[in-house]
Amino acid sequence: MAGYQRTSAGDRPAVFELKAAGFTLPIIRLLEADIEAVAAELGARVEQAPEFFRNTPVVIDLSGFPRGSGEVEFPLLVGLLRGYGMIPFGVRGGTKAQNEAAEAMELAILGETETRPIRTERNAAPEEPAAPAPRPAAPSVSEEPAAERRAGPGASFTLVTRPVRSGQRVYAAGGDLSIIAAVSSGAELMADGNIHVYGPLRGRALAGMKGNTDARIFCQDLQAELVSVAGHYRVSENIPRELRGVPVQIYLDQKILRIEKL
Amino acid sequence: MARIIVITSGKGGVGKTTTSAALAMGLAQRGHRTVVIDFDVGLRNLDLIMGCERRVVYDFVNVINQEANLNQALIRDKRCDNLYVLPASQTRDKDALTKEGVGRVLEELAHGYDFIICDSPAGIEHGATMAMYYADDAIVVTNPEVSSVRDSDRMLGILSSKSRRAESNEEPIREFLLLTRYDPARVEKGEMLSVGDVQEILSLTLLGVIPESKSVLTASNSGVPVVLDRESDAGKAYADTVARYLGDDVPHRFLQVEKKGFLRRFFGG
Repeated sequence: MAGYQRTSAGDRPAVFELKAAGFTLPIIRLLEADIEAVAAELGARVEQAPEFFRNTPVVIDLSGFPRGSGEVEFPLLVGLLRGYGMIPFGVRGGTKAQNEAAEAMELAILGETETRPIRTERNAAPEEPAAPAPRPAAPSVSEEPAAERRAGPGASFTLVTRPVRSGQRVYAAGGDLSIIAAVSSGAELMADGNIHVYGPLRGRALAGMKGNTDARIFCQDLQAELVSVAGHYRVSENIPRELRGVPVQIYLDQKILRIEKL
Repeated sequence: MARIIVITSGKGGVGKTTTSAALAMGLAQRGHRTVVIDFDVGLRNLDLIMGCERRVVYDFVNVINQEANLNQALIRDKRCDNLYVLPASQTRDKDALTKEGVGRVLEELAHGYDFIICDSPAGIEHGATMAMYYADDAIVVTNPEVSSVRDSDRMLGILSSKSRRAESNEEPIREFLLLTRYDPARVEKGEMLSVGDVQEILSLTLLGVIPESKSVLTASNSGVPVVLDRESDAGKAYADTVARYLGDDVPHRFLQVEKKGFLRRFFGG
């Protein structure tokens, strides 16, 4: 991965440096929709070690939140956590609706890169194909459109030549992903590096899955449902009309996702 | 060896069984020995559309379970000697279909027939995946509306990954698009997706466009495959579709509104 480096615009000395760092933070994994039960349990925990929780930033993990049991009551939950001295600042593992609700509470949406391997809900593709797999080290793909991985100079490269259909996922681990066919809505492209799409991109494209902020998405015809670089995403609704249906590149500029005509 | 064709869609009610019956009849009438298999175990519609529901003794599941042999279960069509129907069981569920059992039956049929048509159930579950697993060709039946197109797209993804050909890295299944219930008048008004719209989304070879027609329901209710109704637009369109599948170069018909509608639009503003 290339290092993150930018030259400042003028000659004056830099007033700040932009760096990335990792922190270990407590995560509250919600397993129950009933906020009162959560409150009771949390109260008991905090009483045991009140100092531990004071001014501690926490992340709310929704991956274990029971589906179909109503919505997460973020206002109540955030109030509850703050009341115990914690600083809830982000969520992860939520559904789209949950993420939207969290954003409304000004909570950050965190990627889930290092904690869980990317897999589909139902058709978990094997992370590393066992020995008898005909293709050498196939990328992790579910309902796999004929994808082949080639060892390029440096990083690896995955090429898909047939349409990526609704419900299919292609993940190019550790490298770039190139698609020279259409990507249907409901399909999902993921790559640790860049994503290039030479047909219409109607599905989702997530570049820089492991947090590489230099990753970019290039496409000939942007009609995507969602685009994301290193966890910074934009949904279709927030993509300006004039950028739809034209060749664009999508990249991160100071943590802001930029979509630019090519 | 027979060519195995799966008629599939993902979404229900788009015309899979009507298409299976019409194509099977069309192929048989052109002199090819054809068998059509109802994979919709538990519901059993094909025999009704084919008009042989009163002659069902044994069914597909009986053959898979080796309770009957193929000759006992196959029903010969009274209108065409080249056509046979293998009906579904109504008393079992789709789990009765096993990959080995289906494979064995298809293998046996492959020696005596030119075409085996598999009428897939709706959905993307076991029954549908069994119907498509051994296919050489797939005809994806789609209505010109967004949910049907989306489901077809999903089905195409499954076809390209979970079939025998995909699993054994053979040449992929040939995929064709059949657009049914097409209403040019509504397309013109912008109420329905056009052929071009659907093709752009699915990027598939267009095998045929079947116009919305009252004759389809009439034919189904009377147990006559609609392709036999030479007077109706739908019957003609299915006959064209069969010809195209067999390699004839037939132009697409019924894509435009008839003159009357055109004039009305002209004067009625």
